[in-house]
Amino acid sequence: MSIRGKAHIAGVYEHPARDLPDHSVQQIHAECAIGALADAGLSVRDVDGFFSTGQLGFGGVSLTEYLGLNPSYIDGTFTGGSSYLAHVGHAAAAIAAGKCRVALITQGAKVRGVIRGAKHTADTPEFPFETVYGETNAGIYALAARRHMHEFGTTAEQLAAVKVAASEYAQFNPHALLRKRVTVEDVVNSPMIADPLHRLDCCVVTDGGGAIVVVSPEIARSLNRPLVSVLGHAEAIKHSGLGPNDLTSTGATASAPRALAEAGVALSDIDYASIYDSFTITVIMTLEDLGFCKKGQGGAFVASGALGLDGVIPVNTDGGGLCNNHPGYQGGLVKIVEAVRQLRGEATPQTQVRDCKLAIAHGTGGGMLRQASVSLVLGRSDA
Amino acid sequence: MVDIKTRLPTPEPFISPETRPFWTAAKQGRLDLPFCKSCNHPIWYPKAFCGACGSLDVEWRQVSGEGKIYSYTQVHRGEGPYRDVENYVLALVDIDEGARVLTNIVDADPASLTIGQRVRVVFHEAGDAAALPRFVPAK
Repeated sequence: MSIRGKAHIAGVYEHPARDLPDHSVQQIHAECAIGALADAGLSVRDVDGFFSTGQLGFGGVSLTEYLGLNPSYIDGTFTGGSSYLAHVGHAAAAIAAGKCRVALITQGAKVRGVIRGAKHTADTPEFPFETVYGETNAGIYALAARRHMHEFGTTAEQLAAVKVAASEYAQFNPHALLRKRVTVEDVVNSPMIADPLHRLDCCVVTDGGGAIVVVSPEIARSLNRPLVSVLGHAEAIKHSGLGPNDLTSTGATASAPRALAEAGVALSDIDYASIYDSFTITVIMTLEDLGFCKKGQGGAFVASGALGLDGVIPVNTDGGGLCNNHPGYQGGLVKIVEAVRQLRGEATPQTQVRDCKLAIAHGTGGGMLRQASVSLVLGRSDA
Repeated sequence: MVDIKTRLPTPEPFISPETRPFWTAAKQGRLDLPFCKSCNHPIWYPKAFCGACGSLDVEWRQVSGEGKIYSYTQVHRGEGPYRDVENYVLALVDIDEGARVLTNIVDADPASLTIGQRVRVVFHEAGDAAALPRFVPAK
């Protein structure tokens, strides 16, 4: 059994704002829900499946009440920034199993100006052994970057090339938080956050969110929208529960081959990739692990211009989390939205991949000590 | 040399009955880890379950407290209790008995550190019931 062709993405929405001081988180969810449903040509009355991270209030239940939903299927999977890619796969599986026909996935977040405090360690078993040492997201990815440099000779300038590529795209995105083009020198001369990661190696921090509507083939055919098919989905969790975890690879090594196999396509068939970019090193490792280049060659690959519109594989044409948007430290939903724009031919004209038929969206949730990788293969209806 | 030890925070860890032996040992100057009695796997982070073989039968054993640096970074933007610390070294250390632990390297010039460098444990008191294992370059 496979989800290939059993569900379609009919509506997407990325909240245009990056700073929402006067919104509640639930209002952001609601605006995104309405946006994605309107894009699909549907209303909240049509929704019978609801997917969220369950972080707001009483799991997903609070939002179903706020939005007035009456779902026959609910999912509150939380895997950090990759949650929403998992939601699309779970929604497709639920639709294929006949559990629902119109699945709504929403994200809402407010984190701008919030000073990150001590993490709550009582309810997370690993935290007591990590937070006491000043563990931070950037610090953990810096450990990965330094180890990658040590093993493969990756350089700070190669890391910077990922940010440069993102900024080349972001200049055309009117909603991007950072639209200014930057150079390798700008990146390596920006303040050090956790060496070897500079400020411009780190993603932006934004309010906002988005939503996605996944529907059954019957509903899809009734809508007047270009359809995007969910072709393949796979998840992989990487952690140290079986012994020391390496910091130079991601769960993409396991999730990508399974997602591509389900989709029945080869990596070389992929026209566009949305790749989770919490930090520049995240992109380099993920490109290697997806198979776009050999392990250890990611630095040279990105420095060659491979991520550009005329490169080997255009990546994050909205400017990604590094320049455009990374709502609530979770960039997975926006990754899906940009892949759908590309497949519909609705990307910003200057960044539209020509004849884009197949896309992969890959999310890395958590950090490098433990992570949830989710790969999603999407295709145009004629793919 | 900068006396990093005196300016690093020593937040009190959250202690549960499951993990108390780890913190009590550290307070007494020992690095004790749980090991699986079925498969002999060293368990990290400390817990009463062996993920390697699925056993609930674990025991605490003292380890050498020596190891080598797997990776390290000098963090310039701390959060929570580390927010006001100008910078500090966060590291992963492979202790010789086979666990890879997150920690700080202290009493060392960050510019002098290298991956693979030998280190040994020291203990910094953190409240009445615990001490934080940190590491210094081995002599």
